[in-house]
Amino acid sequence: MTNNELLEVVQSVLGSDILGHEEQYDALIIEIAPKDVLRIVSTLKENEALSFNFLTLIGAIHYPEDLNRELCVVYHLHSWKNAIRLRVKAFLSIENPSIESLCSVFDGANWMERETYDFFGVRFENHPNLTRILNMDEMDYHPMLKQYALEDGTREDKDDRFFGR
Amino acid sequence: MGKIEDLQVINGEGYQLTTLEQAVGLARANSVWPLPFATSCCGIEFMATMGSMYDLSRFGMERMSFTPRQSDLLIVAGTISKKLGPVLKKVYEQMAEPKWVLSVGACASSGGIFDTYSVLQGIDRIIPVDVYVPGCPPRPEQIIDGVMNIHKLVRHESMRRRYSEEYRHLLGNYEIEVTNAGDDK
Amino acid sequence: MQQNDNLIHLSNGQVLSRETIDGDIATINFGPTHPATHGIFQNILTVDGEKILTSEQTVGYIHRAFEKLAERRPYNQITPITDRLNYCSSPINNLGWHMTVEKLIKADIPKRVDYMRIIIMELARIADHLICNSIIGVDTGALTSFFYPFSEREKIYELYEEMCGARLTTNIGRIGGFDKDFTPVFHQKLKEFLKTFPKAFEEWNGMLERNRIFMDRTRHAGPIAADRALAYGFTGPNLRAAGVDYDVRVMHPYSSYEDFDFIIPVGVQGDTYDRFMVRQEEIRQSLRIIEQAYNNLPEGPFHADIPEFFLPEKKDVYNNMEALIYHFKIVMGETEVPVGEVYHSVEGGNGELGYYLISDGGRAPYRLQFRRPCFIYYQAYPEMISGANISDAVITLSSINVIAGELDA
Repeated sequence: MTNNELLEVVQSVLGSDILGHEEQYDALIIEIAPKDVLRIVSTLKENEALSFNFLTLIGAIHYPEDLNRELCVVYHLHSWKNAIRLRVKAFLSIENPSIESLCSVFDGANWMERETYDFFGVRFENHPNLTRILNMDEMDYHPMLKQYALEDGTREDKDDRFFGR
Repeated sequence: MGKIEDLQVINGEGYQLTTLEQAVGLARANSVWPLPFATSCCGIEFMATMGSMYDLSRFGMERMSFTPRQSDLLIVAGTISKKLGPVLKKVYEQMAEPKWVLSVGACASSGGIFDTYSVLQGIDRIIPVDVYVPGCPPRPEQIIDGVMNIHKLVRHESMRRRYSEEYRHLLGNYEIEVTNAGDDK
Repeated sequence: MQQNDNLIHLSNGQVLSRETIDGDIATINFGPTHPATHGIFQNILTVDGEKILTSEQTVGYIHRAFEKLAERRPYNQITPITDRLNYCSSPINNLGWHMTVEKLIKADIPKRVDYMRIIIMELARIADHLICNSIIGVDTGALTSFFYPFSEREKIYELYEEMCGARLTTNIGRIGGFDKDFTPVFHQKLKEFLKTFPKAFEEWNGMLERNRIFMDRTRHAGPIAADRALAYGFTGPNLRAAGVDYDVRVMHPYSSYEDFDFIIPVGVQGDTYDRFMVRQEEIRQSLRIIEQAYNNLPEGPFHADIPEFFLPEKKDVYNNMEALIYHFKIVMGETEVPVGEVYHSVEGGNGELGYYLISDGGRAPYRLQFRRPCFIYYQAYPEMISGANISDAVITLSSINVIAGELDA
């Protein structure tokens, strides 16, 4: 199955749910509204022709300049029947980063969503246990957001002149 | 210079004179029980050091002691994150005196390439370290060299050191109490 | 609130009636520094006598912020970070990352590079599986099975050393190929390895494969059915042990894997024994691939013709203006890359190792996310050990090959 054929099938199945689509480096990307994510991903999984049976990855991207679309949650789906991948994106605002959890469709989504929450602060509704996973529970910010520094800040031995900063 | 036959041979088992301190040091140095606190990549190199090729048991160290209570040497191999810091400190506190610490690899020694929000920038921020081994990860030869340096320290350590005021002060800097304080009168 | 004495509330919300309990309910901390965890992660087990009722995991003890770090580094400096993901098979991570960048810049890779990469990657797979399977032996009480393959594994390390100078965290290869061709010593050592390794391997294998004690301990320990494994996002040997023949090398061939003849072993029950057997067979298949690749190694350059990414030779840097400019740009990380996003995946030691790279044209990736197979399948661990004995939990953990570096990023 090529991306064009895939796009046709996806468009016929989802219709107006697709807000936009593009093809980048041999992968098809579709954009959907955050409120529909659970329904759309289940449809993509259940549909006979598509059967996106495998959730490869969930992640997020932070675009601080993009007003009201600061956070982008990316779902990588994989159809083993057709040997093709599909990326589903949903944009959220940083004030209210809330999106439906996929735990009821894929069990593996559990930790991936916790990680995304930990890194970006995306709140996955109806998640069984949405707590931090990699960082300490006491941490009070979401470190992968662009405004936070990478460095620890406790090192005194680093002279900026030698590190080109 | 007399010939060997001229020397008067003492029959029996023979004896040797030394100080108690040196005898204890020798015994301690040749039977160190290490506690491998291996977290990441350096742990795999430490496994290679223990393995058949490099064979750490040549130095009386094949007995890995996974319980802190019975070990003499804490080998910290790998990245210690801030989340793991309290665990490491607890393990160190649980070890009985005398105890030594070998910091294996750049991460344990200084944070290494991971100058990030989640990584502790060197374990010497929470526990005192005796020997640092550089490398990312160090080769088994380097780890053995670090162990040899630990042995040197162990062999020459004064028996009174652990009861001294300086030692108490050193651990005090890390907010750790000296554990065997009962017999320091 | 009135408590019903006959009911026991577990931490995961499950409620048990006291009649169904044989012994006493106890809570055991399995980790973070337990020798059998082979890494640092905590499992809090609620046990009824020896039987595990529930377990809860804490991970993140060696979280090192790879993804944040990658946003600050030029492309060629990210390779050392990938080393430290699954450090048992770091060349696969390195080369997977190079292929991702090559996909982004649309580089044309010579066939020889593909074959050289396959040789290195399959060596890494052997090294990875050797560690995992020897550790299963240790956890079932056979320390010999640790010492025996470790001397063979050193030979693979020597091969790495010949190519890149490092043993474990290799940083092998460059974007576009390798920094040098296989050296004469590498050829000699590889031939030697291909000759001696199969014999040593079969000898070691014979010690465990049909060993009655080993089989009794590992069969039916920590099983997972194919549909559950799929739901949890298993990939790699653990999924294949459950009977699903998914392999990135076959479904989306990269680096000319389509040229090779190899089979994908699958298990039936998805238990510890099947995982062990699948890994053992994969080692044999990897050897076959290496032999094929080495015997048919095409002639040609050992790197792609991409001067913006591949460092010029030192003598050119001194004598040639253009080479000097490229050298400066690459070393300072000022190379221009196209804007776009790619996902590339390779079959790592533990399964589908993915790189999701978003470039905004800057010197460092805008965002780089790793699909870390360990992290995704480790969440199935409570389900796999529920109802099992504690000793089974130990060997299940070692047989799913959880690598802390990959788990915690």
